[in-house]
Parts: sequence; C-alpha cells; structure tokens
Amino acid sequence: MGIEILGLPMMYYIAMVAKVLVAFLFVLLTVAYATYAERKIIGHMQVRLGPMRTGWHGLLQPIADGLKLFFKEEIIPSQASTFAFLIAPVIALVPAFMTFAVIPFGGVIEVAGYKIPLQVASYIDVASGKVYDVNVGVLYILAMSSLGVYGIVLAGWASNSKYSLMGGLRASAQLISYELSAGLAIVSVFMLSQTLSLNEIVNQQSSFNGLGWYIFKQPLAAFLFFICSIAEINRTPFDLPEAETELVSGFCTEYSSMKYAMFFMAEYANMITVCALTTTLFLGGWNGPFATVFPLLGLVYFVAKVYFLIFFCMWIRATLPRYRYDQLMHLGWKVLLPISLVNIVVTGIIGYFIK
Amino acid sequence: MEQIIFYILAAVAVIGTVLAISEKHPVHAILYLVTSLFAVAVVFYLLMAPLVAVFEVILYAGAIMVLFLFVIMMLDLGHPEKGFSPHWREWLPALLLSLVSIASLVMVIVSRHSQLAVPAAQSIPIREVSRRLFQGHGVAVELISLQLLFALVGALYLGKQQASSPGLPPSSAPERVSGSEEKSP
Repeated sequence: MGIEILGLPMMYYIAMVAKVLVAFLFVLLTVAYATYAERKIIGHMQVRLGPMRTGWHGLLQPIADGLKLFFKEEIIPSQASTFAFLIAPVIALVPAFMTFAVIPFGGVIEVAGYKIPLQVASYIDVASGKVYDVNVGVLYILAMSSLGVYGIVLAGWASNSKYSLMGGLRASAQLISYELSAGLAIVSVFMLSQTLSLNEIVNQQSSFNGLGWYIFKQPLAAFLFFICSIAEINRTPFDLPEAETELVSGFCTEYSSMKYAMFFMAEYANMITVCALTTTLFLGGWNGPFATVFPLLGLVYFVAKVYFLIFFCMWIRATLPRYRYDQLMHLGWKVLLPISLVNIVVTGIIGYFIK
Repeated sequence: MEQIIFYILAAVAVIGTVLAISEKHPVHAILYLVTSLFAVAVVFYLLMAPLVAVFEVILYAGAIMVLFLFVIMMLDLGHPEKGFSPHWREWLPALLLSLVSIASLVMVIVSRHSQLAVPAAQSIPIREVSRRLFQGHGVAVELISLQLLFALVGALYLGKQQASSPGLPPSSAPERVSGSEEKSP
C-alpha cells in the first residue's frame, strides 16, 4: 500500500489491471454466450428449440463451436495479399475492445480503503472525491468506431475474391453513411449534457430515478443512434456486407478457422459495445434505485440494461427482413440524416429558450 | 514516463511515414499512414490537446483514409505493376516545394538555441477551444465551410454530367463529393 510508482500508489496499478480484466472478461464471456443466446432466442421466436444436444439445453454449444473453429484448417488463398489478410481480423477486433476503456460501468467502490471508480480510463482525486475521466470520451468512441471499418474493408480487399470485395465496398459505404447520423444523434445528447465526458453524462441522468434518462429527453436521438449503430455493426436489417444469399458470406468468404472466429467475435463485441454505449448515453448508464448507496448494484443495473439491449438486437434480427442496398442508402442519407439535423436544430432552439 | 512514450510514438510515426512513402503497394501504404496518424494523435494527447488527438483519428484516420481505401478498391488500383512512374519534369515542382519546407525546418532547428520556457502543461477544455474558434474566427470558419459546399456542389455537377442514367445509386454521390473535398484545400 505504501509503495509508490511514478507518483501513484501501488493500489492504483492493481485496480487498473483489475478493471481492465473485468471489462475484458465481461466482453469475452458475453460474446461467447451471446452467440448461444442468439440461436436460442431466435429459435424460440421462430417456434424452434435452438441448440439442445450439447449440455443441458445446449449450454455447452459456444464451447463446442469454439473447439470446432479452432481445429479447422487455416486457409490463406494463394492470390491473397498475405499481410493485409492476416492483419484484417485483428484490426476488426481490437477497436471493439478499446471502446470499453471509456465506458463507466459502475459508481465508485471502496476496496481496502482505496476508492476505485468503475471505469477503466479514469482516476479519482482523493482530496475532492471527484472522478476524472477522458474529457473527450464521446469523441473517443466515435474515433474507435470509425477504425473498425478498416478490418472489414481490408479483409474484403485482401481476399482477392469478387464476393469479398463487394462485401468490403458495401461495408465501407454503409459505415461512412451511417456514422454521420450516429454522430449527429450524439451531438444532440451533449448539447443537453454540456460535456463530452461519459462519466458526467451518466451522473446527469441520475435525477428523478430514471426519468432523467436522456431517452426521455431525446427520444428521437436515442432511436436514431440505435438504428445507425445497428447499421454500423452490420446487424440484420442492415447486414448487406455479408448477405449470404447474394455475396456468399461477404468480406469473410475466404476466411476460415480462428481468423473467421475473430470476425465473428468482432461482430458480437461490437454489438455489446454499441449496447453499452446506448445504455450510457440514453438509459442512464449504471444509474438505478439505490445504485449510489450500493455501488456494486450499479454494475448489476448496467449489465442488465446492456443485456436487455442485446436481446432487443436479437429480437430485431428475428423480426425484420434485410434491406435492399439502394433502400439502405436512401434511408441513411435521405431519411435519418435530415431527421438528425432537424433534431439538433430543435434541441438548440428549445435549449436556448429554456435556459 | 511521458518522455519514453513520446519517443516510442515519434519513432512509430516517422517509420510509418517513411514506409508509407516507400511502399509500392497503395493499400499497404495507407495502412502505414494510418499507423503514423494514430501515433501522431497520441502525441497530441500527450501534449494535453485531447480534442486535436481525437479529431486526428476521427477525420484523418477514420474518414479520409477510409475514402482513399475505398477509391483504391473501387478503381482497382491495388496492383503496383499497373502503376507508372511520372516523368522527371513532373517531379520538379514537388522537389522544389519539399526543398523549401526542408530548408525552413532546418532553419528553425538551427536558430532555436535557447530552450523555450514551457508553460505548465494543462489540458485545454473543449468549451474554451470552441469559444476561441467560433467567436474569434467565426468568419473564417464560415468561409471554409462555404468553400467545402462549393466543392460539394461542383462535384455533384460533374458527377451528374458523367452519369447520364437517372437511376444512379445514391451511394456513389457522397463518395465522389468527399473525394473531391480532399483535393480542394
């Protein structure tokens, strides 16, 4: 406890490593069981049973899937660009995890007399008891989400296959178009919050036990952000880049074994990130009844909200058919973008007259 | 600690840029350039300018480089053997300009003998930056955005003329527009 490294107490480093591990394991485990949950939920929604054979009600299915992918043969197409082909799955996976660095997943807990804010990139000023985090948290998230596209585009290009290339091209066009509307939807949130730090945004939503959530103040922005995020992570109504009926499997057609598994993981990790973000920006983050009194309860609320949104994503997947490509672009540029711009103007006008 | 990180990042940025220039393969060159931009962004963060750092990643690494990649893939430029080296006369202006910039860099390095007093490092709040930008230089910001709008309209006009068919998918318009934006400044 008494030892100091570079001016910071030893406990700071232990807490930091512990927080990173918790966030990392949370994402990894959720990824594994989100695949199972998706198959099970969609199965039941379509009056099927879903996986039943491996373990009780198919509970060991993710492990079996993982083992299967692990023992498959690694194939690198002879005409592929090896460097880009190998690096693409990593680039797709890493930003999804990096985003979690700024998402607050709980209040301040106290371990052995040392206060730890439950957010990876943050520290607490012991004297004033204030939590400081990255003061451009929201922009950091936008930056990370724009990096993820490289993985998909490179995969599509490096495979040297027509299907993959088409998938990659579609992915990049789709991402660029929908990122705009998602970013503009967030703008209207921080017009209300007057800050870009996610910790502050969560704190401001703590009033009135749930009625202070930004989803009630900015319902349109929440709706827009969630739709655009689903489009950005290529989930079902917008999964054009990997439309199996027309593009075989899109950008990951040529991938096999663990490299394919990494794309798969990236997709689910992105879904978790987007749900965590929507929770933080619109659903009050870790706020809930008694969350400030028992900080660990905040963690439970956060996880519950994220899981509800993940369920919501799967529900959408089971309900809606895929868009056609021109409809997708039409929706992005001619419907969602103008709505989000109007939303900003309206928020500005109302904010000007109320304050 | 910060110095060590800075030197690592600086090395990454310089090596990345050199490789981006020397690499024949355009897609690989873009990857190196993105790495270098990323390193520069973190250097900005170390210099207590988080806003600049994040914008560097969002705009340069996240948007412009993706568009470059998109254009290379669209036009199928990913084959170095198809490329041609320009005539030496076309090299001359570039050589001249780079000589001027190298000379000014050398002059700056040589002339700065004394260490400047570094002000106490403090992160500038975003509110301050935006006040300075929009209240102090409001006209300039408006002019630049107007210029981008002109480029956008011009690119749309050119695009309309080339594609005679009215059923142009909406996707191609924004890409062309943004591609021309980067050439204009």
